[in-house]
Amino acid sequence: MVRHQRLVAESLTMDTLLQQLINGLTLGAVYALVALGYTMVYGIIGLINFAHGEVVMIGTMVAFTVIVFFAGSGMPPLLILGVGLLVSVVVCMVLGWALERVAYRPLRHAPRLTPLITAIGMSIVLQNVAMLIWGRNYITFPPMINKQIYEVGGASFTNVQVAIVSLAALVMLGLIYLVHRTRIGMAMRATAQNPHVASLMGVDINRVIAMAFIIGSALGAVAGCMVGSYYEIAHYQMGFMLGLKAFTAAVLGGIGNLAGAMAGGLLLGLIEALGAGYIGDLTGNFLGSHYQDIFAFIVLIIVLMFRPSGLFGERTGDRA
Amino acid sequence: MSEKPLLLEAHEVAKHFGGVKALHDVSLTIRRGEIYGLIGPNGAGKTTFFNCLTGLYKNEGGYFIFDGVKLEADAPHKAAAVGIARTFQNIRLFGNMTAIENVMVGRHLRTHAGVFGAISRNPATRAEEGAIVRRAEELLHYVGIHERAHDYAKHLSYGDQRRLEIARALATEPKLLALDEPAAGMNGTETEALRVLVEGICRDGVTVLLIEHDVKLVMGLCERVAVLDYGEKICEDVPAVVQKDSRVIEAYLGGSVA
Amino acid sequence: MNGHLKRRPVLIPGQRPWLGFLLLAAVLVAVPFVAALGGQAWVRIANFSILYIFLALGLNIVVGYAGLLDLGYVAFYAVGAYTYALLASPHFGIHLPFWVILPLGAGLACIFGVLLGAPTLKLRGDYLAIVTLGFGEIVRIFMNNLNAPINVTNGAQGITLIDPIRIGDFSFAQTSTFLGVSFSGPQKYYFLLVALALLVIVVNMRLQDSRIGRAWQAIREDEVAAKACGINTRNIKLLAFAMGASFGGIAGGVFSAMQGFVSPESFSLMESITILAMVVLGGMGHIPGVILGAVLLTGLPEALRYGIEPLQRGLFGRMIIDPESLRMLIFGLALVLVMRFRPAGLWPSSQRRRELAESAD
Repeated sequence: MVRHQRLVAESLTMDTLLQQLINGLTLGAVYALVALGYTMVYGIIGLINFAHGEVVMIGTMVAFTVIVFFAGSGMPPLLILGVGLLVSVVVCMVLGWALERVAYRPLRHAPRLTPLITAIGMSIVLQNVAMLIWGRNYITFPPMINKQIYEVGGASFTNVQVAIVSLAALVMLGLIYLVHRTRIGMAMRATAQNPHVASLMGVDINRVIAMAFIIGSALGAVAGCMVGSYYEIAHYQMGFMLGLKAFTAAVLGGIGNLAGAMAGGLLLGLIEALGAGYIGDLTGNFLGSHYQDIFAFIVLIIVLMFRPSGLFGERTGDRA
Repeated sequence: MSEKPLLLEAHEVAKHFGGVKALHDVSLTIRRGEIYGLIGPNGAGKTTFFNCLTGLYKNEGGYFIFDGVKLEADAPHKAAAVGIARTFQNIRLFGNMTAIENVMVGRHLRTHAGVFGAISRNPATRAEEGAIVRRAEELLHYVGIHERAHDYAKHLSYGDQRRLEIARALATEPKLLALDEPAAGMNGTETEALRVLVEGICRDGVTVLLIEHDVKLVMGLCERVAVLDYGEKICEDVPAVVQKDSRVIEAYLGGSVA
Repeated sequence: MNGHLKRRPVLIPGQRPWLGFLLLAAVLVAVPFVAALGGQAWVRIANFSILYIFLALGLNIVVGYAGLLDLGYVAFYAVGAYTYALLASPHFGIHLPFWVILPLGAGLACIFGVLLGAPTLKLRGDYLAIVTLGFGEIVRIFMNNLNAPINVTNGAQGITLIDPIRIGDFSFAQTSTFLGVSFSGPQKYYFLLVALALLVIVVNMRLQDSRIGRAWQAIREDEVAAKACGINTRNIKLLAFAMGASFGGIAGGVFSAMQGFVSPESFSLMESITILAMVVLGGMGHIPGVILGAVLLTGLPEALRYGIEPLQRGLFGRMIIDPESLRMLIFGLALVLVMRFRPAGLWPSSQRRRELAESAD
């Protein structure tokens, strides 16, 4: 499992602060993209798609395979990366669509627990299929980009981080355009409001739900490629923790709310990075930075306790 | 008419959904032992008032004083505990439980067996369980569906489901029984039987709050009636006066024309 | 009395239930001796099946009765196991007797359950799933890393040399002879586990037919109506959650004592999902179904190990799919397929079948 070991804190200085902010931003951009996949599906059919983290993992693995395949071909590295990203996005879109069609659609009217358990089942299946294909060991990405390190005020960041953050921003802008300016986006928003009324208005609900899965998976694939190129390693179990945290980010921002998922992702990335940077100092070195993973869950529990509709979610009265 | 002591006092209760005012400072008082009617056109806020009273909604303004105690908002089980029981406009029974089990659930509040009682089945628990069954049988008898005691609630006829819901509500030993459109969807005979049942419940000492669409039923049954329109109380009096009130007539006629 | 409360047939239906029970008792007594013919390893497998029956029935109260999805059940199991391990091993040099530690472990697990459940149980059910999942991870992270600066859990190495359950001079770890019959350590644990499993079966049965059990069912059917009937739904759900946690804690303690060794590896998320799968695949809320699920899923890996491995070697001359991942694949597929085609489980109660028939309308 990818642990963010490189965020080890050395000392409590402003350098650390700046450094952790940069790292947190990178991490947050990835969480935000994955969180969008959770929030879109939840917003429309109220399902926690546990298998979404695995879709992201498959995205990383596919990109890895494509990159390794072309690595010796003499193609320019950026082109190889682009092809890897593209193939991975397409594969994940098909996977997302298939997941909805085969596993979830037949359970549309089943009791709530049923699709949730199916989602867990699908997540196990995908993990083990990935293990059979790509093996049970960590796989290392061949370095494609000449990593350049920039220094600002004692903190350093790489061109890969810049690329990740800007690509994430671009993709999110695209999503906002899609949801607010296109017919399918409008249909999605209408369905999220009230599926029954939307269907009366001629919206094809099945198509909208399939689209939510497809778009969410595409975003997941992009995130998967980012994770792969940032950490340069991948593992068949990496999707689980990533997915769990991204879901936390979605809840943090207010589940079902797109802008909330983006903000929640960034916020969670920052909380984690800062938490990892300062946990040693906060606890008198009792707890070290390998406790980074607990922040997400502590945040989750606190949010659910005090503001279950999320930081940006509307408080909806429960309908009796 | 003799002045009976107060049971419920609603004081300027307000509730809105987003920008829509569903209830606008509604005040009313219900006296012990009476049948009180709450009527109004569709969307007038009757059910919203009900949901605030029974703790299903949290009212933004005002408060309820029930039997001398201020009600806590947003806690349906506490409303039931102080003695307010309700039925639902769209019947909400436990469909996969039998009729008698539904009523037995209603006894939950007035019984005490906990985990240790349940596991040890000690004499006290067994006695309590026996009492629950007997009381549930009595109540099914009382509402007249004891022959269906072991049928699943979802298999009962519509009228019997209404009765079962009333029996379940009575099982909580309410001081106030709040019925949300109990006659909806009933034919003349069924409505008449319902009227007899409600009168009987009142005679047996339970105050009744009746929300109804069927104006005839309300006028025949209730001692006093309040009329809601657009979330405001426009009238509260004995049926004979309410029927002649110009605002009420306008609300109903206006409502039906529009 | 209570002629109205339909008695749900338990284990053996029929005219003369005592005959069935007698038969069952004979089988239960025979199992450890028959299994021992194939070696003590088989007795241990039987022991684990029963430990999983215990765990699954504990979780059944949460998932089956109260309808709450708990994905971090193993965390409570871990709390019980580590409580036992820390208080009865050379690690801290503390050696408390089991009758102090088992209740302590159960109590601790219960407290964690309440702390976790209280804020989340008033929310929608699926939030509980994710919070319990997260809690499971937190516990695992602490078990793995709490070896420095103070060595509490001994990290990934785990804790060894844990005391067996001992009553006076009678230790469950050694072979001893009663009435001329020799009982090995695992065989003695077997009978202890059977006793515990019977206890949890009785608890499950009695809860189901009680005031509390009716309240759980009412909540599953219609939470709003249940509240209107005066049921404090949050507390009643919390009760189920805390009870499940306590059973997990007890199971953990017994596990520690029986194994003599605990490490974080035994408490992975997969373990939680396995136990959940036992409940769901067997038949949520139906005691015989859950038992079936536990036996099937503990037997499955063994069957794979002894069946699929030689089969693959025979067919292909080498291992194509390693049994562990095959087991997981079958798990995952089974969850998906059962939810699709038998959503009430392999052996559901008539009650549950009705509920599902209703919701499919």
